[in-house]
Amino acid sequence: MNSSVIVFPGSNCDRDIAVALEKMQFKNKMVWHKDTNLPKSDLIVIPGGFSYGDYLRSGAIAGKSLIINEIIKAANSGCLILGICNGFQILTETGLLKGTLLRNKNLKFINKDVNIKVINNKTKFTSKYNLNQILKINIAHNEGNYFTKETHLKELNNENLIAFKYCDEKGVVNDRSNPNGALENIAGIFNAKKNILGMMPHPERMVDEMISNTDGVNLFSSLINK
Amino acid sequence: MKYSIIVTLKKDVLDPQGKVVENTLKNMGLNSLKSVRQGKYFEIEVEEKNEEVADKEVTQMCEKLLANLIIEDYKINKL
Repeated sequence: MNSSVIVFPGSNCDRDIAVALEKMQFKNKMVWHKDTNLPKSDLIVIPGGFSYGDYLRSGAIAGKSLIINEIIKAANSGCLILGICNGFQILTETGLLKGTLLRNKNLKFINKDVNIKVINNKTKFTSKYNLNQILKINIAHNEGNYFTKETHLKELNNENLIAFKYCDEKGVVNDRSNPNGALENIAGIFNAKKNILGMMPHPERMVDEMISNTDGVNLFSSLINK
Repeated sequence: MKYSIIVTLKKDVLDPQGKVVENTLKNMGLNSLKSVRQGKYFEIEVEEKNEEVADKEVTQMCEKLLANLIIEDYKINKL
């Protein structure tokens, strides 16, 4: 499978995701945000980081860059798109995913390994996980507090569009296991067609036992064996 | 033409920065304070001479980039 990682000024997880993708046998290309041609891709990844220094709002400036028009076209024709952390923020700013990410409720940048629960495993991104499986994945963000309109929140629940929720090590989803104040502990969501996933946790940091764990591996193996 | 634009979080969206400023002002003994909401301020100059066209363009700037309408409101003033 061919993948493309989009690089913005200020992206800093672009190499990590490229290493993870190549480890999982993707043929990956890095794509600069000023490019207007997207290489043939089965998967486009918008990586984490601080595109444009988070000026204006996280992801707002990157969301209007030249390559975004190509990504929107690819998304509409069914290409798989994964936005991680700042990538999730950028996807909401483009409108490809609804809602937005507010400042963390406690006003602090949070960098720690948290537990998340697989809420929908019947998608191309999550099929290798078990339903309700608990993963330990790193988060590192200042604006991860997911917020959306009530009508969209209903849609997320009714259409099974919530990918992951923050929980404790036993899988309990409540205020105590919510690190950033996100609505209903939401850590990641799909679009209506489920070809786009935006998530705050960093699966690319969890693909090697030597440095962390391998809880992120199945996300990539779901994609490659889709 | 010159405009000033103020972008603020909608009333029902929690504004933690505003809350912290509010609490700090109260701690400083400024007891008459009722509430604080923090926002962003822009000054924008456009070359367009036709007022109606310029107004429309500035509105577009607000809706497409300066404010995120899910969580923010904007107010345009002419300078």
